[in-house]
Amino acid sequence: MSIDKLKATFAESLGIPAGDVTDALAYNKVPQWDSVAHMALVAAIERDFDILISTDDVIDMSSFAKAREIVARYGAGT
Amino acid sequence: MTDAPPAVTLADPYSVPQAEREARLLADLNALTAWHRERCAGYDAMLRGVYGGATQAARLADVPYLPVRLFKHLALRSVPDDAVVRQLTSSGTSGRQVSRIFLDAETSALQVRALAAIVQDFIGRQRLPMLIVDSAQTIRGGAFSARTAGVLGFSNFGRHHEYALDEAMQPRWDAIERFVDTHRDAPILLFGFTWVVWRHFLEAAESAGRRLDVGPRSVLVHGGGWKKLADERVDNATFKRRLAERFGLVRVANYYGMVEQVGSIYMECEAGYLHAPAFADVVMRDTATLAPADSGAVEVLSALPRSYPGHAILTEDLGTIRGRDDCACGRKGTYFHIHGRIPAAELRGCSDVRAT
Repeated sequence: MSIDKLKATFAESLGIPAGDVTDALAYNKVPQWDSVAHMALVAAIERDFDILISTDDVIDMSSFAKAREIVARYGAGT
Repeated sequence: MTDAPPAVTLADPYSVPQAEREARLLADLNALTAWHRERCAGYDAMLRGVYGGATQAARLADVPYLPVRLFKHLALRSVPDDAVVRQLTSSGTSGRQVSRIFLDAETSALQVRALAAIVQDFIGRQRLPMLIVDSAQTIRGGAFSARTAGVLGFSNFGRHHEYALDEAMQPRWDAIERFVDTHRDAPILLFGFTWVVWRHFLEAAESAGRRLDVGPRSVLVHGGGWKKLADERVDNATFKRRLAERFGLVRVANYYGMVEQVGSIYMECEAGYLHAPAFADVVMRDTATLAPADSGAVEVLSALPRSYPGHAILTEDLGTIRGRDDCACGRKGTYFHIHGRIPAAELRGCSDVRAT
């Protein structure tokens, strides 16, 4: 899985500069990543990586670091 | 000070029999009573006044409880201001005071996970194409109401979310029909508040002569109360019959829950009963004496609230316990029915007892 590609998906979906997308970026810690944005983010990741994420993983995706782990687990390509 | 609140088990909320879940829940609730007394001065003062020093209960019905309207009058919280990540408000009609519930990150995360454990038992683990019977404007900006919390909470179970209503609460028939067509081969999750589904979707379709066929595997989950339907004498059986007739919706599950205990919801099973998950329960109280009874005012218990003292709340609803552990659907624990609200005159006598 390409980290840069996931960064780009995050930046575009949340509307923040790619430079702000670090492992520390966390759900509900920045105004751009609230529960409404979260659903759009999940949809964007599913589209860009062609995967279907489970409910439990949607809930667990609480940071960029966590998202990297989850997307990698789905064996998503670049 | 108690350093950590009790760890709560969320997984498998319906497999544990009543005796076992009650013992676990009682321990959790007693720990939460101590936790909140140490952190919320207003709560501690009330408990001293009403219960004296003895607040560790020997059974669920003895856990100190607060009347739900107290949350309309007092800002009760057990965390510092800067730990509050969200403030929920009840969707009370205009002119009436609303409840204010303060959530920190931990309680908020627990609510999300608890809701997932409950709902997955009914609809499965796969996220389903989701038709939200509300308008997109409901969840944008402003106050975080029970309706917003409900829509957002349930959105985790959906994908390809579509809103069935426009900003004027009129059905977007073209979008709805396109959505149903696109997902014809998959079960669809429909979600909405009970009166919104009834007034703005079902009745709207009936008066416009519209029909849908969502297929036998699709499921509607709805909650938020029956008051407006009861006013027009529409009961659950009638509601279900009309939904089946108009939309081909045969799987319909109501849920009972409140903004004061988000995450702890009581889902209606296939046999038509509301079920308590293992981390929550209900106690019915005689409306005159407040003694535990089979039928009466509904008290809700939940092991989730950490940031506000809402683990035991006497509601203004009426209900009847129908049984424990032996529901035809196979789920363990308490199952019950809700009958409506306590008439206004009667409830003054009952809830002010604990408020003063």
